[in-house]
Amino acid sequence: MTADLSLRARAETLGQSLPPLLAEAEHLAATVILGDHGRRRAGMGDEFWQYRPAHAGDSARMIDWRRSARSDTHFVREREWQAAQTVTLWVDDARSMGFSGDPKARAPKADRARLLALALAVLLLRGGERVGLAGAAHPPRSGRAQIDRLALALSGEGAEDYGVPDPTGVVAHGRAVFLSDFMGDLASVEAAMAVASDRGVRGALVQVLDPAEEEFPFDGRTIFESMGGSLRHETLKAGELRGRYLARLADRKARLAELCRAAGWHFHTHHTGGSAQAALLWLYRALEHGR
Amino acid sequence: MWVIGPLGFTLPWLLLGLAALPILWLLLRAVPPAPIRRRFPGVALLLGLKDDESETDKTPWWLLLLRMLAVAAAIIAFAGPVLNPQVRAPGAGPLLILMDGSWADARDWPRRVERAQALVEDAGRAGRTVAVVRLTDRPEAVTFQAAEAVTGRLAVLQPQPWLPADLAGWAGQMTGARFDSFWLSDGLDHPGRDTLLAALEVQGAVTVFESPRAILGLAPPVFAEGVVKLRALRAAGAGPAEIEVSARGQDPGGVDRELARVTLAFAPGAVEATADLSVPPELRNRLARFEVAGQRSAGAVSLADDSLKRRKVALLAGTEAREGLQLLSPTHYLRQALEPVADLIDGTMADVLLASPDVIVLADVARLSPTEAEGLLDWVGKGGLLLRFAGPRLAASDVSRMAEDPLMPVRLREGGRTVGGAMSWGEPKTLAPFPEGSPFHGLAVPADVSVTAQVLAQPDPELAGRTIAALADGTPLVTRKTVGQGQVVLVHVTANAEWSSLPLSGLFVQMLERLAVSTRPVAPTAADLAGQTWVPEVVLDAFGVARDAGEVAGVEGAALAEGLGTGPRADLPPGLYAGADRRVALNVIGPDTALSAVIWPARIVVEGLSVTREQALKGAFLGGALLLLLLDILASLWLTGRLRRTGGAVALLALVLLAPPPARAQDRDAFAEEATTGVVLAHVLTGDPSLDALAEAGLRGLGQQLAARTSVEPDAPMGVDLETDELAFFPFLYWPISATQPLPSDAAYASLNRYLRTGGMILFDTRDADLGGFGGTTPEGRRLQEIAAQLDVPPLEPIPPDHVLTRTFYLIQDFPGRYSGRGIWVEAAPPDAEQAEGMPFRNLNDGVTPVVIGGNDWASAWATDDQGAYLYPVGRGFTGERQREIAYRFGINLIMHVLTGNYKSDQVHVPALLERLGQ
Repeated sequence: MTADLSLRARAETLGQSLPPLLAEAEHLAATVILGDHGRRRAGMGDEFWQYRPAHAGDSARMIDWRRSARSDTHFVREREWQAAQTVTLWVDDARSMGFSGDPKARAPKADRARLLALALAVLLLRGGERVGLAGAAHPPRSGRAQIDRLALALSGEGAEDYGVPDPTGVVAHGRAVFLSDFMGDLASVEAAMAVASDRGVRGALVQVLDPAEEEFPFDGRTIFESMGGSLRHETLKAGELRGRYLARLADRKARLAELCRAAGWHFHTHHTGGSAQAALLWLYRALEHGR
Repeated sequence: MWVIGPLGFTLPWLLLGLAALPILWLLLRAVPPAPIRRRFPGVALLLGLKDDESETDKTPWWLLLLRMLAVAAAIIAFAGPVLNPQVRAPGAGPLLILMDGSWADARDWPRRVERAQALVEDAGRAGRTVAVVRLTDRPEAVTFQAAEAVTGRLAVLQPQPWLPADLAGWAGQMTGARFDSFWLSDGLDHPGRDTLLAALEVQGAVTVFESPRAILGLAPPVFAEGVVKLRALRAAGAGPAEIEVSARGQDPGGVDRELARVTLAFAPGAVEATADLSVPPELRNRLARFEVAGQRSAGAVSLADDSLKRRKVALLAGTEAREGLQLLSPTHYLRQALEPVADLIDGTMADVLLASPDVIVLADVARLSPTEAEGLLDWVGKGGLLLRFAGPRLAASDVSRMAEDPLMPVRLREGGRTVGGAMSWGEPKTLAPFPEGSPFHGLAVPADVSVTAQVLAQPDPELAGRTIAALADGTPLVTRKTVGQGQVVLVHVTANAEWSSLPLSGLFVQMLERLAVSTRPVAPTAADLAGQTWVPEVVLDAFGVARDAGEVAGVEGAALAEGLGTGPRADLPPGLYAGADRRVALNVIGPDTALSAVIWPARIVVEGLSVTREQALKGAFLGGALLLLLLDILASLWLTGRLRRTGGAVALLALVLLAPPPARAQDRDAFAEEATTGVVLAHVLTGDPSLDALAEAGLRGLGQQLAARTSVEPDAPMGVDLETDELAFFPFLYWPISATQPLPSDAAYASLNRYLRTGGMILFDTRDADLGGFGGTTPEGRRLQEIAAQLDVPPLEPIPPDHVLTRTFYLIQDFPGRYSGRGIWVEAAPPDAEQAEGMPFRNLNDGVTPVVIGGNDWASAWATDDQGAYLYPVGRGFTGERQREIAYRFGINLIMHVLTGNYKSDQVHVPALLERLGQ
């Protein structure tokens, strides 16, 4: 009974948080103009592509009589080939993503990551692609109903301190998008990307960082703890560490970028202080180029 | 008390606490600042980084020093530090405190009383009896009392506006048992001081307290050579100093204010400083009081009496507006001579007498009607100066021929004489030097003044005594006799250049000046004052504050005359004394008073009032400790890295604390800018938010209608706070009355009245549908009456049907708002306004009514929200909409009336209006 109650309560809170997230994601997705969905070649699809003279072998059913009536030859109406692409999203739900340098002014990184993921999903689903989440629970599907399922699935929070990318469930020759702060062990990222690349998957890494993580605005005697409390570091002059911290961060970014370049992926660092729309546009373009 | 140098400590043993400071140092040094715990994902990148320096886990030395200083300051503060501690030798026996108590004490009287109080308290603690005497009082026996009994009396002791007169008398009272004396001297040397000092020294030790501040005095201003001459005195010739003397008087509005200000500079070592104050005669007549700015003492104040006033002179000529040359006008030269120095009055004799002039000049007026003569005689008897000039008419008439006319100084011989003319023998006569005793004595006689014709006086025993100027051959030129308190003067030639060249010369002006001025001598003599009782109108207290004399008894003229020479006394307080026809100022400092500083013998101990003041430093030290602790907070925050977040708040706080508030002026500028960029309808803020919102919505709705229908396009309406905002920017104020509205302050009323006088209009709306009739019994109506009681509102009348408000834009006869009550009230038309034949309106072309009063709740009828939807229903159905429409029309008419005045009342528009009216 208590389990039911807690589930019910969580579902209620989820229900409360869902519509805004979904609405925000839809709103964000609406700012990106849809286009360029077709494969620019004739094939299966809904959109008109071209009229071509009928060959031998074309069945009479395929002839467009309206067009043919205006001339002496027969024409076949061809449609643009629209093959659905499969995109697998992985959104880091670890505790580290719950960090916000200024809780009053900025939402945690996780919020932004989910927002980006869901907005991308809305966009892709609207374009007819199939979108799913990494892992076995949410295989790629198309259709608007998938948005709600994704929204529901994205609202969970993990228990571990730093997230480990999950390459399971990535469809071969599909696309993958990993959204995380990539503060954890880089080896796991490498491993995940290796698995994905082996399956011919290409995609993008989006590093979502809080501005505080970029600036390190701390001074004085400080004990730093990871969000889950598993890591701890004490310093007497936090300001002295700034330079070295920033160097390490830059180094990490460089390694991620290097990884991506080697695998043919795209890498982008997004700050929660900035506009989500810019990141969405970049993501959209990144997936586009990959086609 | 324990004293080191200029510092003393009341609780010196507390200073032992300072020894504990080194221990505190060690303790504090061992405790580093507490760390902050932060959740930070980036810690993964920090792992393995080492701190460069490892010694900051101890408190930095400067922070320690700061804390040490704070603690040390607190310890010292509680030890009770005192700057300039006074260790008084306890005296024994009774203590006599002498205070001069003169006006020279007034400038620092509270400090003197404080000093005396301290002495009394000390004496009380030592169990000594005390007596306090004020030397300006009459000498009386000195009685020593317990200190408590004296304290109360000391608190109410006030200085007197005169100087101690009888120090020798006081010396006679200093007898009996031995006592010590403290003499709080005013710094001036008074006669008999040495006697008193000697008497005191016989009884015991004498200590003198004296303020080092300079004593300033202001001598009575003298009017000479066209300027007011000011002279300031000081007791001791110290270094150069500048003082400002302000001249005060009533402005035309009857308000006492500063009319002029002049700076007097004392040269180094000089005891006198002079300056000339040149003011226009109009202003000079108003000067009532001169005072040294910033000095609170009767000596620094000098009241002005009649000697600075400008005379009122009436000119009457025999011939009225003759079509002659202007230079032949009998009064032309008189007018030219008197205009700059006197107030000239024109008119008939009856008018002139009502204005009670100082001088009446009759130029060649022979006959006076019996009533005129009687009035004139009465006036002369009360002190007027009648100055008559001869002329052809006087010579031809039989006035004062057989018997002496009361209004002529001498009898005249028939016809007069002509000398040196074309048809006569002899040379034109010149003037003889003026005899001694004549008011003209001392004036130089120019050689070119000649007389060709004159009227001649009958030889008479009194003639010689009455002649004050004569020709070279001895015939009288100017004669004078006194009538009652006044006098009659006859000049035996004309006032123009017909009979003599006298009016062309400068001597004429000088003689007129002597004559006109001599009616009010500058310095009253004993003879002037004797025989009258002089009633004080205004008396000065020792602080130089003028008070209404009230019940102070009048004094004899002789006593006043004596007082003018010797200065005020107890029975003759300084002030303004009024006699029958003049006022005499008795000032603390007379024309020849000199201030001399007292020089005490070398054996007497003289203390200054301020030098030995004790000053407790506890507060300063505690404040310093607190400040250091605040600094410590900031420093600690900074050290631990917490200042970054709070830095903004701290900076803001510092800004708020340090920056002077210029926001007010900026606000005002912004307000003025907003109010003047366009036509702004304004409503008075009543303090009731819903009512204010209603008024704003109403004006907004009216503004929308104005913009839609007329070329008036008002900006957004503004609320006006009567207390703070400038009203002059607004052509129109809507003032909804609520029963609970506070009354405006005096300043607000002044601003409102100024607004009404300078063409503003206020629409008062009681919003009660005028249920009780105008000014009736509704609470709002009563409130309106209370509010309007102090407003400068002209007489009102219910709006007449031909008022211009009925046709400034629309032709309307009703003025409904949300209610369709009775009419409204506007400024009453002048009673002489008449309706011209064939005109539908009376001819009322002047003035915009400053107030419109009604109770129809117009704002509710006008009110719209931002979208233009009506906020309140009006009436029912179409009738209601019609009523709202008429309400808007009234509003538009009203604004048009405000903005265009009585343009529509101009009869030029009548034909067009008639056509519209279908008449």
